[in-house]
Amino acid sequence: MTELRSAPHERLGLSVESIMLNVVLALLPIALFSIWLYGLSALVLLLTSVIVCLATERLFNHLSGQSSTLGDWSAMITGILLALVLPPSFPLWMTAVAAVAAMGLGKILFGGLGMNVFNPALVGRAFVQAAFPSAIATWVPSYAPNRFHEFIPTTLTPPLMIPPDITAWTKAVSADAFTGATPLAMWKFQHQLTAPEDLILGIATASVGETSAMLILVCGLYLALRGMLDWRIPVGMMGSAIALAYAFHLYNPDFFPPPFFVLLSGGLMLGALFMATDMATSPVTPLAVWVYAILIGLVTVLIRYFGGLSEGVMYAILFGNALAPLLDRSLPTRVFGRRKARKVAS
Amino acid sequence: MVMEIRPIMERSRALEAPPPPSSWREGPSSKSLELYSYIVSLFRRKSFARGVHPDTHKSTAGKPIRRLPYAPRISLPLAQHIGKPAVPLVRPGEEVVRGQPIARADGFLSVPLHSPVTGRVEAIRLHPSASGAWVESIIIHAYASSTQEVLWREPRDMDSLGPEEILAAVKDCGMVGLGGAAFPSHVKLSIPPERRIHTLVVNGCECEPYLTCDHRTMIEHPADLMRGIGYAMRAVGARRAIIGVEDNKPDAVAALTPFLPTDGRVSMEMVQTKYPQGAEKMLIKSLLNLEVPAGGLPLDIGVVVNNVGTLTLLGRLLPAGEGLTERVVTVTGPAVKRPGNFWVPLGTPIRHVLQCSGVLDGDPHPELEVVLGGSMMGQAITSLDTPVTKGVTGILVYDRESVMRETVTKVYPCIKCGECVQACPMGLNPALLGMLAAKRDYDSMSVDYHLADCFECGCCTWVCPSGIPLVQQFRAAKGLLRARAA
Repeated sequence: MTELRSAPHERLGLSVESIMLNVVLALLPIALFSIWLYGLSALVLLLTSVIVCLATERLFNHLSGQSSTLGDWSAMITGILLALVLPPSFPLWMTAVAAVAAMGLGKILFGGLGMNVFNPALVGRAFVQAAFPSAIATWVPSYAPNRFHEFIPTTLTPPLMIPPDITAWTKAVSADAFTGATPLAMWKFQHQLTAPEDLILGIATASVGETSAMLILVCGLYLALRGMLDWRIPVGMMGSAIALAYAFHLYNPDFFPPPFFVLLSGGLMLGALFMATDMATSPVTPLAVWVYAILIGLVTVLIRYFGGLSEGVMYAILFGNALAPLLDRSLPTRVFGRRKARKVAS
Repeated sequence: MVMEIRPIMERSRALEAPPPPSSWREGPSSKSLELYSYIVSLFRRKSFARGVHPDTHKSTAGKPIRRLPYAPRISLPLAQHIGKPAVPLVRPGEEVVRGQPIARADGFLSVPLHSPVTGRVEAIRLHPSASGAWVESIIIHAYASSTQEVLWREPRDMDSLGPEEILAAVKDCGMVGLGGAAFPSHVKLSIPPERRIHTLVVNGCECEPYLTCDHRTMIEHPADLMRGIGYAMRAVGARRAIIGVEDNKPDAVAALTPFLPTDGRVSMEMVQTKYPQGAEKMLIKSLLNLEVPAGGLPLDIGVVVNNVGTLTLLGRLLPAGEGLTERVVTVTGPAVKRPGNFWVPLGTPIRHVLQCSGVLDGDPHPELEVVLGGSMMGQAITSLDTPVTKGVTGILVYDRESVMRETVTKVYPCIKCGECVQACPMGLNPALLGMLAAKRDYDSMSVDYHLADCFECGCCTWVCPSGIPLVQQFRAAKGLLRARAA
């Protein structure tokens, strides 16, 4: 006669699927814009990354005797994010390697959804950064005239082969003198500053999805307004990055770039809004969230200014991910009616 | 704690200071003051940290409290309150009149029972109860032809009574916390001699979705409520009382305002509509900005909290010298055709109430979920023969469709979104507690992460996008820890 359930009898109705699906939706405009910029190569790069990520997860589901976990959309997010942080000219077989590393090493090895310590897409990217250092630093100009008809020559490199040299191709497709360097690299190694409007609108040379700061911001804002993105992380991360950059700029304006450049260039925007906010790999207690976000912002700027690489967001976020469980433990919430939060010995 | 004690000191000093010469409600500038306090309230709504905003579903708020026909047979569990069960004073076959004591309190933490109907005691036997267990109950057959008016009372002159005598009177009328806890009121109002109470907080929040019994009580019985507040203040020695009402009940505030005593000792405050605003600790935090220490009671910080329903009935029953024989119950939910608020005699079978409100029209055995209380903390019952007892605030009935809609079909792993951390009014970390529960590390839950501070409001489960039954796990963990300690 009667149903028996334990209180509460109603729920908010927010589900993991709806959160993840909304993240996918928020990433789609960024992906489409990158296809507009880089044409066929970006399209197949995205497709390869997504398909291999999904296939890897499904394969491991099968091997471990689980039912399919593709329905939670999280493998799809990893696939899209991974493609967005790779250079457009990246060979497809290397993309597939990155995708397998992202899902296998980054997520499934830890136990799947919610159990992973590091952002899977960044694990994949870090893996290929170490494995294929030259391919991942090969940049091509956007708006190549034939981009919807032909691939970038390196895209279709046969598996296990080294991609061909594309200097000649790059010269042929770019109208003005294309340097083959990202804005950050140009600043770091040649001391040239890219115009802010180019960074905002996405004209600058960059990874597939790190081009337009404005588009990324709008897409992130959509998620934040729907309550599916923790606004404290982008605010803390970008705020601390700007503050530190401003301090350096004040100290030596000739050597250090103005703060807007740090904010708009490279992967900071995408990282702050879509990578560092990954729920599974970010902390949960209020104080830990702020410390995590600020730390990532600071480390990003320090790597960019003083490290060997021109870009620092990836390693900064991975560093933050590694600290997240520790931050949650050492900065617990203050329990109502207790004097102060007590540290928990781990 | 230093930070938190200061407000008490300031407040108690303010209380001892002579009252201002003219009450602001009568002063010429009352309009501008009202406007000012309204503007202030926009910026700083009185509230506590975190919590959630479920749909309130207060569709019965406009429905006046009505009476139901008497059920032909009622069953009164001897233990309707927290504490020792009452001891029967009647025997099977005996005739009782409405209002007559039929069971006496057994010790301090216990209350007597009064017969809600005029009729004949059929039996004293086991009968289904809300928990699912069969409990010792007095079964009374109500006389269909009787007037059912209260025939047993011992009116008293309340003005001549001291605190001790008021407490005795409260106990004699069998009063318990009608907000759902069913804790004996005379125990709650008994203040240890070393404690001093500065404020009586009157809880008119009714933050649980669906429930409107307190709301209607405030609108319809303001005079009884004020009288009850006066008795409670005298019993605990409080100098002032604050009625806390959620700001979605402006009509209740409007109804109560003319009845506030002119000496200014009883005031009313709007608090933010947010769940669980009506939890004792949360309401004290909202109104007085004081935190009840973990593991402590409100009286540790000089506060006593009582529900408006309890105080209204005290205000009516104490001078009349009657016992608690009926209470206001909200009957509502998706399956209820004629929802409303009703004076329900204690012991009335839920089945009878549902028949009267159109739930069982047509199909006598529909698939339902019947919940006693609201949607956040209410308890589902197994048998429709379960009687309405002193602690039943509402009867919430879901039909099959709404149960299916609200039931989580797939539980995902915790994705550490932190929604529960931002919802927990006690500042706990439900995500972490849930993970420890899954690992059966109950010791760590209680020692390191303060499981005992959880009062099972259900906010964490309500928000969880993964559909993890967090509060259910915590209840189970607490039960296991209790069992192990015993």
